[in-house]
Amino acid sequence: MRHEFTTAAGLPPEPDAAAAGLSPGGACVVRLTDVVKTYKVGSVSVPALNGVGFGIARNSLSMIVGPSGSGKTTLLNIIGCLDTPTSGKLEVNGEDVATLTDNALSDFRARNVGFIFQNFNLIPVLSAFENVEYPLLMLGQKAAQRRSAALEILDAVGLADLRDRRPNELSGGQKQRVAIARALVKKPQFVLADEPTANLDSQNGAAIVALMRQMQVQLQTTFIVSTHDPQLMTHAEETFRIRDGKLVNHVSGGAES
Amino acid sequence: MIFKIAFRSIFRNTRRSLMTISTVTVGTVAALVFGSYVVYILLGLQTGTVRGGGHLTVYRKGYFLYGAGNPAAYGIEGYDALLKLIREDPVIAPRLAVATPVQAIAGIAGNFANDTSKPFFGTGFVPSDRDQMRQWDVYKFGTPKEGLGLSDADLSRGVIGIGLGRILGFCEVLKIQDCPPPPVIQRQGSARPPAKAPEFLADLAQRDRPKGAAASGNAEPRIDLLAATVGGAPNIVTLSIAKTAAQGIKEVDDSYVGMNLKLAQQLLYGRGVPKVTGIVLQLHRTEDTGFVRQRLVFLFGEDHLDLEVRDFEELNPYFVQVTAFMSSILLFIAVIIGIVVLFTVTNTVGMSVAERTAEIGTTRAMGLRRRGIRWQFLAEGWLLGLIGTTAGVLLAAAIVFTVNHSGLMWLPPGQAQPTPLRMDLFTRKALVVATWLGLMAVATVSAYWPANRAAKLPIVDALRHV
Repeated sequence: MRHEFTTAAGLPPEPDAAAAGLSPGGACVVRLTDVVKTYKVGSVSVPALNGVGFGIARNSLSMIVGPSGSGKTTLLNIIGCLDTPTSGKLEVNGEDVATLTDNALSDFRARNVGFIFQNFNLIPVLSAFENVEYPLLMLGQKAAQRRSAALEILDAVGLADLRDRRPNELSGGQKQRVAIARALVKKPQFVLADEPTANLDSQNGAAIVALMRQMQVQLQTTFIVSTHDPQLMTHAEETFRIRDGKLVNHVSGGAES
Repeated sequence: MIFKIAFRSIFRNTRRSLMTISTVTVGTVAALVFGSYVVYILLGLQTGTVRGGGHLTVYRKGYFLYGAGNPAAYGIEGYDALLKLIREDPVIAPRLAVATPVQAIAGIAGNFANDTSKPFFGTGFVPSDRDQMRQWDVYKFGTPKEGLGLSDADLSRGVIGIGLGRILGFCEVLKIQDCPPPPVIQRQGSARPPAKAPEFLADLAQRDRPKGAAASGNAEPRIDLLAATVGGAPNIVTLSIAKTAAQGIKEVDDSYVGMNLKLAQQLLYGRGVPKVTGIVLQLHRTEDTGFVRQRLVFLFGEDHLDLEVRDFEELNPYFVQVTAFMSSILLFIAVIIGIVVLFTVTNTVGMSVAERTAEIGTTRAMGLRRRGIRWQFLAEGWLLGLIGTTAGVLLAAAIVFTVNHSGLMWLPPGQAQPTPLRMDLFTRKALVVATWLGLMAVATVSAYWPANRAAKLPIVDALRHV
């Protein structure tokens, strides 16, 4: 089913939302309402997002797509609580994150948000195991608990044998697997992946897509992925198309044409 | 994990980190080697001062300011009772090494056989007490192998400064080094030979010469000491020179005479009641000086004694000046080292922040608080300091050990005899710990500015950094 948004004025009408599997209340893990983001460059204001609003269903694999400069990364940063909107509202699990202090936001991210980056962003001085263990330290888990969780998720992404290797001893695909394990080890509410296959060849890209899909189903986690990789888009349960900072198209189920 | 990341991160750019660690190491070595050298000098100076004049001296009130002009007028009567009071006080006794009377004296020393004379100042002391004082060696510098060679029973013998021996013409008999024949001085306006000493003085000296000395046929050179008695009459005694003793300062060396206390009293008080100028107290530990001084003041107040107490720093302004001078140089060097370490570590950690901006963004995104980022880079500064200062302490210990066993000799300030060049590091735990902790603290604080900058980076800007 396709929902066209001709204005940038917020959420889709209730019947459409229901049809898309997005109940207006608790079923959405993330809900954006009329989000505007404007950057100041000197005395010039540059709009990056212009009144974006939608909800993302829990345990879904959602794609945010659009050309370069359309505002995908800005949108992902706001959803991930890395940046704050100039105006509008972001709710995660029904909680307005704008009210949180910087420390509270950090704690919120530590508990609820996993990140997968285009450039993998592993800590180069730590082994694969230590990279995966790192987010659990922020949650104050005990060593035995951390070890068990990290080994389990490394095994799940197929890297148990390479756990002692540093990032520079891993291939691009292996690095991204470690990044996926790192994002999932703390069992977050949702995982944000910014162009996760952009730096991988097609074979590794396909493997990573398959892995993300598998983990999303297996762990019942919400994945929010920004991409313009058609191969990745075929796995989307929902696709949000952004252009010039506005949500112009929302497709629920299957690939967007 | 913070320290694991910090430790591994500082070796991501090994050359840069090693340069920084080397700077901290060299700074630590410089501070410790110079510091231990300064400590050695100051302790050596203290040892020399305490061996010569003790820690505390008890005087009649007013002597310290006015007594030098007329020592006899400020004599302490009944000093045996005072000595007993001090030695038997239960608070002072366990801290006391030596308590001994001394008599300051001034007059003219003459070798009338050679037609030479020279104003002298001197001290009368108890030879056995003085020998015991010269054994004070709390800081392990080594004690003199020989005593003064005087005995309490033999009043006739004493010591003089090397310069005085030279002036009075005893170069050969006393085997004084650096003693060329004196130049012939043409006296203007008179062709007459120098006047002989009045015969009555020689007779007086001969009459007062101790019987034992005359009978023993002592071959030691003799000088006659002329001084005014308390009553103002001239008095003269003869002194056999047992040996010369270098005094370290030329003015003192040219004028010093040390003699048995009883001889000094005989010269100054004649047949009157003998007194002393002061009671010198040498303590086991310098740290007890203030405490014992307070106790003495209390005792004198309780017994209504008209006495005052001075410590060795008051009596030797030179000691205080050298201490202040050396300490100020040490402080100056320490500040320069601290500044160098500060700039070097700030630069290294700053470069590390710049290179790891994306990593900062990533860890912040994963939920690390700003405080966590700050601690991460402070830990790196601390580790650079820890490695550098620890290496510096070990290297300084090796240098000090080598120097101490090299057999080098030198003449410390205010000392008369060359002593082995040593540095006092191994017993100076406070110096080592203060340098180690101090430079480590500087290194840690140096990392604060870049760490704070890293902590304040906006996450999205940091993530965008390539």
